[in-house]
Amino acid sequence: MALINISDVALGYEGKPIVTELNFSVNKGDYLCIVGENGSGKSTLMKTLLGQKHVISGKIEFGEGLKQTEIGYLPQQTEVQRDFPASVKEIVLSGCLNGCGLKPFYSKSQKTAAFRNMEKLGIADLANKCYRELSGGQQQRVLLARALCATKKLIILDEPVAGLDPVVTQNLYKLIKEINNEGITVIMVSHDIDAAVEYASHILHICHKPLFFGTKEEYVNSDVCCLFTSNGGDEK
Amino acid sequence: MIETLTSYFSYTFVKYALIAGVLIALCAALLGVSLVLKRYSMIGDGLSHVAFGAIAVATVCGAAPMTVALPITIVAAIILLGINSSKKIKGDAAIAMISVGALALGYLLLNIFSASSNVSGDVCTTLFGSTSILTLSQTDVILCLALTAVVILVFVLFYHKIFAVTFDENFASATGTNTKAYNIMIAVVTAVVIVLAMNLVGALLISALIIFPALSAMRIFKNFFSVIISSAIISVFCAVAGIFIAIIYSTPVGSTIVAADIAMFILCSLIGKITKRA
Repeated sequence: MALINISDVALGYEGKPIVTELNFSVNKGDYLCIVGENGSGKSTLMKTLLGQKHVISGKIEFGEGLKQTEIGYLPQQTEVQRDFPASVKEIVLSGCLNGCGLKPFYSKSQKTAAFRNMEKLGIADLANKCYRELSGGQQQRVLLARALCATKKLIILDEPVAGLDPVVTQNLYKLIKEINNEGITVIMVSHDIDAAVEYASHILHICHKPLFFGTKEEYVNSDVCCLFTSNGGDEK
Repeated sequence: MIETLTSYFSYTFVKYALIAGVLIALCAALLGVSLVLKRYSMIGDGLSHVAFGAIAVATVCGAAPMTVALPITIVAAIILLGINSSKKIKGDAAIAMISVGALALGYLLLNIFSASSNVSGDVCTTLFGSTSILTLSQTDVILCLALTAVVILVFVLFYHKIFAVTFDENFASATGTNTKAYNIMIAVVTAVVIVLAMNLVGALLISALIIFPALSAMRIFKNFFSVIISSAIISVFCAVAGIFIAIIYSTPVGSTIVAADIAMFILCSLIGKITKRA
């Protein structure tokens, strides 16, 4: 059975559908990019996968023992975080919270896991640094490490490269690809179709309805891709 | 000077004032860090005005003030903090609206159905706590102790959850933390602290106690744990200093404590600036 199976789903706000006729599935080890314009329904789809919204109709099923609360999530930064006094260690550890249940403190194994994730993302030496004093790319790595603490199977990334410069963007994409190569399934919401084509294994292009779902190779040869990449000005 | 102090401390009411002041300062500082970071700095002000309105209603109806004020303030706190994100009127506007509205209606009711001969005096006492901290009973002090124990317990048991909900509510709820429940918990504790504290030290002081120590601590410290701890220490220190100064120079207790907090904030800002350059 697939990791996530979405059949005939309609999503929206207050009963009004924004995106309909969603049918796709995500398998273990996939790297799925969800692309589309602003307001096309990508964010709504992502929130529904994370259990923050309910479907209007249709069904979302999780397989392979994946629980909705065990999805690692990299949200967009909020205004609150920009001047928040927190150390890198505190933030990464907070990703382990869903493994705590009612226990008030983190266990030793959770602390080691958090440290390992910091090492993996090359931020172990920043552990005691203050989050708000880091660069944009470092901050994203911290939040990515936190997301990895919350999951063993799937991470969902919400436009992870927004506001980063080109070099940092490429490094972050490579890092996400490495995480994917280690067996963690990745779902990324993005504007950046070029990067999606370069790194993802599957692509879902939505504009209120799914315009395309399939592997990257199929997408490159599809009409949808030609339409959006040849006059790419629409997208940016 | 030391003689003046020792002679004052032979009075029970001075001891009570010191104990209650320290405990309330401690509770307010702990809550304050989370509230300030969640952009709810005005919540202390808003809720104390709600409590003022509720006390006015209770006075007019002849009911015991606490039994009316506590539930009403808790409900107001839950509305403002717990389910705010989904509402059409946003945070600061909602707080301002409820705060000003409750204050005006409370004063209006007290004036129309005047039960005492000195309405403005009563209002002044409730808002500025001019003398109330010096007239505490033993029950009040025990109440403060119990309250402080509860607040500290909540902070120890739920420290990591409070951090997660304060830093990134979105992530916390996506990964299965019941953010709504923790927001309501913070709201209820805040409401209880504010209602009790405003009865003891006045509305003006309690809103200052919530924001100043947290802001001072944030000037210097850069991780959540040290900010919480140092904010508690700063708050207690300023409360003690304020009470001592108030006794020696016979100034109003509440505003003296706030003045001490302001001085500490300026000091911490300077230290923060200097250490950043070094």
